[in-house]
Amino acid sequence: MKAAVIVFPGSNCDRDMMVGIEHSLGRKPEMVWHKETELPDVDFIAVPGGFSYGDYLRCGAMSAHSPIMREVVKKANAGVRVLGVCNGFQILTEAGLLPGVLMRNAKLKFICKDVHLKVENASTDFTSKYSAGQAIRIPVAHHDGNYFAADDVLKSIEDNNQVAFRYCDEAGNVSEEANINGSRNNIAGILNENKNVLGMMPHPERLCDAQLGGTDGKPLFDALVEALS
Amino acid sequence: MKAKVHVTLKNGVLDPQGKAVEHALGTLGFDGVGEVRIGKYIELELTDAAEKTKENIENMCKQLLANTVIENFDVEIVE
Repeated sequence: MKAAVIVFPGSNCDRDMMVGIEHSLGRKPEMVWHKETELPDVDFIAVPGGFSYGDYLRCGAMSAHSPIMREVVKKANAGVRVLGVCNGFQILTEAGLLPGVLMRNAKLKFICKDVHLKVENASTDFTSKYSAGQAIRIPVAHHDGNYFAADDVLKSIEDNNQVAFRYCDEAGNVSEEANINGSRNNIAGILNENKNVLGMMPHPERLCDAQLGGTDGKPLFDALVEALS
Repeated sequence: MKAKVHVTLKNGVLDPQGKAVEHALGTLGFDGVGEVRIGKYIELELTDAAEKTKENIENMCKQLLANTVIENFDVEIVE
């Protein structure tokens, strides 16, 4: 697998993402500054979390029009695997690679804690090392993670198995109480129609090392390495 | 010449900020305030080089100023 991490002004999870990928891949991904107009020859691109452009206008709105994003969109449309985490998820929706939008959390608070996610679709290149229905523990840290899509869009996402992860309790029950930010249908992560683009609010790259408190994020990167080797 | 752009949430999209403000106004004793919806006002100065058509400003809205998944926009061009 050849991997790249896109770096925007205000990205702050880019190095965590680099280390997370390195743990599974055995070597560092290339770090690509947003002003670049070409991507190296890669088969996996990560768009990391942070506060790119200070969240001006709307989260991810400015970054979605950065020069490098034109290339990311091109590669994604050609089948390259793209992962957007947190602000990266917001950027991918603003760039039109994923449906819907991330709105302000329903209770208006910034949420920073570990949450549980139910793996809904375990037959993608991102999720094949999990089992369907499994509850995993992954940290979130966001103010705008309230997933919204119109009724018809939501229906097509559900019908096409595009929901990758839902907020749930420790036992894997998807409930209103477990829905930390008001997301429709408890959605924490979604795939595009072709399942080669994944956006998620929780941070798998932050739990790839037992010394950092857990390894539930590592199977996601292991799965990508296996699929793309 | 200026373009005035109002960006507002579509009907049916929950506005938790608006709800919080609505509640706060009630707490301050302002009775009779119904639903509060919060939007954005964007003022654009149009220099000689700008294409001063409503269509051009609407394209700016569609591509950047608004997210049409959840937002409507309204454009006014003034002298």
